Amino acid sequence: MNQITVYMLMLICALVVAGFVYNRSQALTKFRQMRAEAGGKLELSSWHSQASYHGYFTGWLVIFVTFTVFIAGLLLGAQSGGGVIPWVAVMIIAGVGTIFLCGKKISGGFRARTYVERFVHGLLIVLSIIAVLTTLGIILSLLFESLRFFKSVPFMDFLFGFQWSPQTALRADQVGQSGSFGAIPVFAGTFLIMLVAMAIAGPIGLMIAIYLTEYASAGVRKWVKPAIEILAGVPTVVYGFFALLTFAPFVRGFAESFGFSVPTQSALAAGVVMGVMIIPFVSSLSSDVINAVPQTLRDGAFALGATESETMKQVVFTAALPGIIGAFMLAISRAIGETMIVYMAAGKAANLTANPFEAVTTVTVQIVALLTGDSDFDSPKTLVAFALGLVLFVITLLLNVVALTVVRRYRAKY
Amino acid sequence: MTDTNAKFSCRNVKVHYGDFEALHGIDIDIPDRGVTAFIGPSGCGKSTFLRTFNRMNDTIDGCRVSGKILMDGNDIYNKNLDPVLLRARVGMVFQKPNPFPKSIYDNIAFGPRIHGLTSSKAELDALVEKSLRRAGLWDEVKDRLKLSGTGLSGGQQQRLVIARAIAVSPEVILMDEPASALDPIATAKLEALIEELKERYCIIIVTHSMAQAARVSDKTAFFYMGDLVEYDATEKIFTNPSNNRTQDYITGRTG
Ligand SMILES: Nc1ncnc2c1ncn2[C@@H]1O[C@H](COP(=O)(O)OP(=O)(O)OP(=O)(O)O)[C@@H](O)[C@H]1O
Ligand SMILES: [Mg+2]
Repeated sequence: MNQITVYMLMLICALVVAGFVYNRSQALTKFRQMRAEAGGKLELSSWHSQASYHGYFTGWLVIFVTFTVFIAGLLLGAQSGGGVIPWVAVMIIAGVGTIFLCGKKISGGFRARTYVERFVHGLLIVLSIIAVLTTLGIILSLLFESLRFFKSVPFMDFLFGFQWSPQTALRADQVGQSGSFGAIPVFAGTFLIMLVAMAIAGPIGLMIAIYLTEYASAGVRKWVKPAIEILAGVPTVVYGFFALLTFAPFVRGFAESFGFSVPTQSALAAGVVMGVMIIPFVSSLSSDVINAVPQTLRDGAFALGATESETMKQVVFTAALPGIIGAFMLAISRAIGETMIVYMAAGKAANLTANPFEAVTTVTVQIVALLTGDSDFDSPKTLVAFALGLVLFVITLLLNVVALTVVRRYRAKY
Repeated sequence: MTDTNAKFSCRNVKVHYGDFEALHGIDIDIPDRGVTAFIGPSGCGKSTFLRTFNRMNDTIDGCRVSGKILMDGNDIYNKNLDPVLLRARVGMVFQKPNPFPKSIYDNIAFGPRIHGLTSSKAELDALVEKSLRRAGLWDEVKDRLKLSGTGLSGGQQQRLVIARAIAVSPEVILMDEPASALDPIATAKLEALIEELKERYCIIIVTHSMAQAARVSDKTAFFYMGDLVEYDATEKIFTNPSNNRTQDYITGRTG
C-alpha cells in the first residue's frame, strides 16, 4: 500500500463525513422551514424521516460510490504515475456529486429511514455471510489438502495405522512409505492427555461449582469466582513453561524418589497443567447450569426432609447433569485442541502407551512439528498435517454439537 | 390455656427478615385433624407463618423466628431438634408444582428412599402405588411411571407433589396456595383430595380464594399486616365475623 492509497482512503472518509453533516443540516433546514410554513405544527405523516437519516443515507451512498472509484483506480493502476490526478478528480466529483444529488432528494416524502434500515440490514447479512464463507473455505481447504494426502497414503492406513514416523519417510525420500503415517499413536496421545486433564479439571471444577453455588456466602463468591476465572486468562505459553520447568521436574523427582526413572516430558506433566487450565471452563459452565436449577426444586427436597447433601446429590445434580455433561464436553474439546502446553511438556515421540509417565505426542504437536522448519508443501509429510487437522476438527465439531444439543434439550426441561 | 387437642400451639411467634418484622406475635392453636385455612391480603405474612411449621424459614438468609411453637407439646425450635426429621413429619406443597426432573416413580420414591422407609423393592412399589392412589393420580399415570414427572400437566404435577409429600407419611401437610396455578377442574379434584386427606392428616392451607377457604376448611384464620386478626370456625368467619376487618376482607372491601 503506497502513500497515495492512504491519502485516497482519508479523502473518502472526509467525503463521507462531509456528506453526512451537510445533508443532515440541509434536511434540518428544510424541515424547520416546512414546519414554519405549516404554522409550527407539522403532521406526522408529512415528514417521513428524521434529518439524521437523510445524513446517513448520503453517507452510505457516498461510501458506496467512492469505494467503487477507489477499487476501479486500484485495478487500473492509477495509484502511481500520471493516473493520480484523474483518480483524485473523479473521486471528488463522484463524491460531491452524490452529496448534491442526495441533497436534492431531501423532502418530507423521501423515505431515507427505510432505505438506511434496509441497507444496514443488508450489510449485516453480508458480514455474516463472509464469516460463514470463511469457515466454509477453511473446511474446504482442509478437505482438499487431505484428499491430496489420501492419494498417496490410503485413508485406512492413516486412520488405523499404528506406526507414526512421518520424518523417516521424508528422509528416506520415499513418498508415503506404508506404516509411516498411522495416526493411532498420535490420537492415543491426545486422548491420554485429555483423560489426565479431565481427571484433574472434572472433579475439581465440579466441586468448585457446587461449592460456589450451594455453599459459599455471597462475599466469598464475589472474590473466588473472578480469582478462578483468572486461570482461564493465563496465556497458554505460560502454562507451557510452568509445566516444563516447574511441574515436570517435580513429577520426575517424585517418581525417582520411589526408584522409577521417568522422562521429564510426560503425558502426566502436560495433562495436569492442562487440567488446571481448563478448571475455570468446567467450574464456570457448571456453576451456570447448577444456578439455573430452580430454587423451588431445592425447596421441594428440603420440605421432604432431605439434607443439604442429599438435595445436592439427588435433585440439583441430577437436574443439572445434562448441562454438566455439556460443560465437560466443551472442556474436552478445548483440551484436545490445546497446543502450546503439550508442545512444551508432552514430548514429540509417538509412543503408543497408556502410561501417563511416558512421553507422548498429540495431534496438535505433530501439526506444528510437521509445518515448522523447512518443508516442501507438496510432500505427504506436510499434507498429513491437513489430514490430522481435519480429523481433529471433525472430533471437536462433533463434541460441540453433541454438547450444545444436550445443553439445549436440558434447557427446555423445566 | 393450651388446647390439648391441638397439633400446633403457637405462642407469641414473631418472624423477622433482617430488621423487618413480618409477624408481630401470633398466638394460635391448630387442631389435629381437619383443615385450617389461612387467609388475608397479599404480603400479610401467611406464607411466612406457614413456613414456621416445618422450619423452611431456616433456609432463608436473614430470617429469624422467635416465640414458641409446640407440636404435640414439643418445641419444634428446640436446639436439639433436627429440622430434617421435623420436615419428614410436616410435609409441604408449594404454590407452583415442583416435581423433580426424575421419573414419576422416582419422584414419589425420593422421600421414602432418603428416610429408609421401605426395606425392599416390592415394598417401595407398593408405597408408590398407595401414595399415587391416595392423591388420585394412579389411574392417570400407572402406565408411565418411568416417564418424567415434569411431563405431566399442571394439575397432575400438583397431585404428584402431594403424593410425594404423603409418601413419607407425614402427620401434617402444609399447602401454600396449591390451586393458584390450576384450572377449575384441577382445582375441584384438588379440593376433593383435601377433603379426603383431612380424615388422616392435619392440613393447613393458604388460599386467596374465599370460596375455596369456605368449601374446604373447618377453621379459618384471617391475617392482616403481620397480625392474626381473627381465628374461628370457618362457618362463623364467613357468616358472622366478629371483626370489621375480617368482614371487609371476605366481602371484598379490602384487598
Ligand atoms: N425472603 C424474604 N426476605 C425478606 N422479606 C420477606 C421475605 N419473604 C417475605 N418477606 C416479607 O414478609 C412479608 C410477608 O410475606 P409473605 O410472603 O409471608 O406474605 P403472604 O401473606 O404469603 O403474601 P402472598 O399472599 O402475596 O403470598 C412481606 O412484607 C414480605 O415482603
Ligand atoms: Mg404467600
